[in-house]
Amino acid sequence: MAYSKKVIDKFEKTLNEPEKFNVGRFDPKEVNVGTGMVGAPACGDVMKLQIKCESKGNTHVIKDVKFKTYGCGSAIASSSEIVDMLIGKTLEEAREIKNVEIAEALELPPIKIHCSVLAEDSIRQAIDDFEQKQ
Amino acid sequence: MSTKVTLPIYMDYASTTPVDPRVAKKISDHLTLDGNFGNPASRSHRFGWKAEESVEEARSHVANLVGCDPREIVWTSGATEADNLAIKGIANFYQSKGKHIITSKIEHKAVLDPCRQLERDGFEVTYLEPNEGGLITDEAVLDAIREDTVLISIMHINNELGTINDLESIGKIAREKGIFFHVDAAQSTGKVPIDLSTLPVDLMSFSAHKTYGPKGVGALFVRRKPRVRIEAQMHGGGHERGMRSGTLATHQIVGMGEAFRIAKEEMDEDTKKIQSLHNKFYDSISKIEEIYVNGDMDNKVSNILNISFAYVEGESLIMALKDIAVSSGSACTSASLEPSYVLRALGRKDELASSSIRFSFGRFTTEEDVDYTLSLINHSVDRLRELSPLWEMYLDGIDLDTVEWQTH
Repeated sequence: MAYSKKVIDKFEKTLNEPEKFNVGRFDPKEVNVGTGMVGAPACGDVMKLQIKCESKGNTHVIKDVKFKTYGCGSAIASSSEIVDMLIGKTLEEAREIKNVEIAEALELPPIKIHCSVLAEDSIRQAIDDFEQKQ
Repeated sequence: MSTKVTLPIYMDYASTTPVDPRVAKKISDHLTLDGNFGNPASRSHRFGWKAEESVEEARSHVANLVGCDPREIVWTSGATEADNLAIKGIANFYQSKGKHIITSKIEHKAVLDPCRQLERDGFEVTYLEPNEGGLITDEAVLDAIREDTVLISIMHINNELGTINDLESIGKIAREKGIFFHVDAAQSTGKVPIDLSTLPVDLMSFSAHKTYGPKGVGALFVRRKPRVRIEAQMHGGGHERGMRSGTLATHQIVGMGEAFRIAKEEMDEDTKKIQSLHNKFYDSISKIEEIYVNGDMDNKVSNILNISFAYVEGESLIMALKDIAVSSGSACTSASLEPSYVLRALGRKDELASSSIRFSFGRFTTEEDVDYTLSLINHSVDRLRELSPLWEMYLDGIDLDTVEWQTH
């Protein structure tokens, strides 16, 4: 299987300790929560990412993240990987995260790059959703 | 979890089986100088005669398991070659009679690809749809028959589903219409009785390595009465009565013979044991919510069980089940990202097709293996569903078909 050790490691840890690795959900109706959901079951991946933010100066900072992902091992590892990248970042900083960073961190093979693209999209969507609520 | 098992557990017997130790012994007796290593085609010395004797004994064992005359068995390099020889052999030999072939959408690639090749050579092929249980019905066959149909090729047991087609009934139709009937029986030997002395089948392909024999050897049954003729696909010496040239691989052939001899002797015992493992497995796994058995439960062999786990993606399931060796309907792992064509032909949605796992048991599967596998599946499916946004939506009562997905 074309998986790096990093993908396998992240996947297994997320699977075995879901709470520690931010698997779960926030109430999407809460004002300080932004939800992004991308992908489709027929394509084999659906990622749902939620950010919980706190205002800081004239922006917001991501205080906590929850996610759920239906997809291959790389998709699950990619979603799990972005959790650490997001917490503590301002929304502006979070928007700057590029799929390449996720792909590099996990050493994704070319055929799995779309997983990191999906993860990047889920961040954007979650931020958009949050900003619309403000 | 039980500790008596050796990991990883092999649950992929439909893919290949380990060689039975008795077969391995027989093979190694036919390799070295102090063994029976001769060329069975050598007419001038004892080495050749003895090798020929072994090959003919093996031929009898194969014939004996499937109820035919040993002279109706042609050795090949495996079921793939046997399928190619049968399909192209008939098509080429009888092309003046007609250029239409009937097969099904759920055949093994060893049948589908030769058919595709014949299409490029000017033949026409009808690919029958199975019913939702994965079976080819008489009606489907009857509807597809034309004036110029020369061959019907339908598998006996489907390798992904374990479903068993009714050869008696399809064969009868073929006989009445004067059409040759080929059957890929790679999954059948040692699992279900086959009696070619009464079955209306003209050609049948066999494989050694699905029945505890070695890889690289198989056979094609070519009926003598009424006589079936095929055009050879391999030339070079006229071995096997001109149908398949090439020095016979004595050690592999005796391996196949021994494997089939044992299969005949122990089929009842093997079947009983595997049936009981299957029932135990099914009883437990069917308690998991939202699972779907693929293939007609009432018309299948007990060594294969194909299950889709809804709301769990197939590749991640395989990854979570890394301690058990199984096959997946999701071909993601082979980099083609296509769900199984067999499950799609049954009308399964892509997501269910790609969340399917084929479990296949065999002679060496133990009750402990089954227990361990069950507990690992329960654990993994639970965990992956906890991770799945689709499962969450299902629990919330959302119909996933009404959701507008953001495909990209």
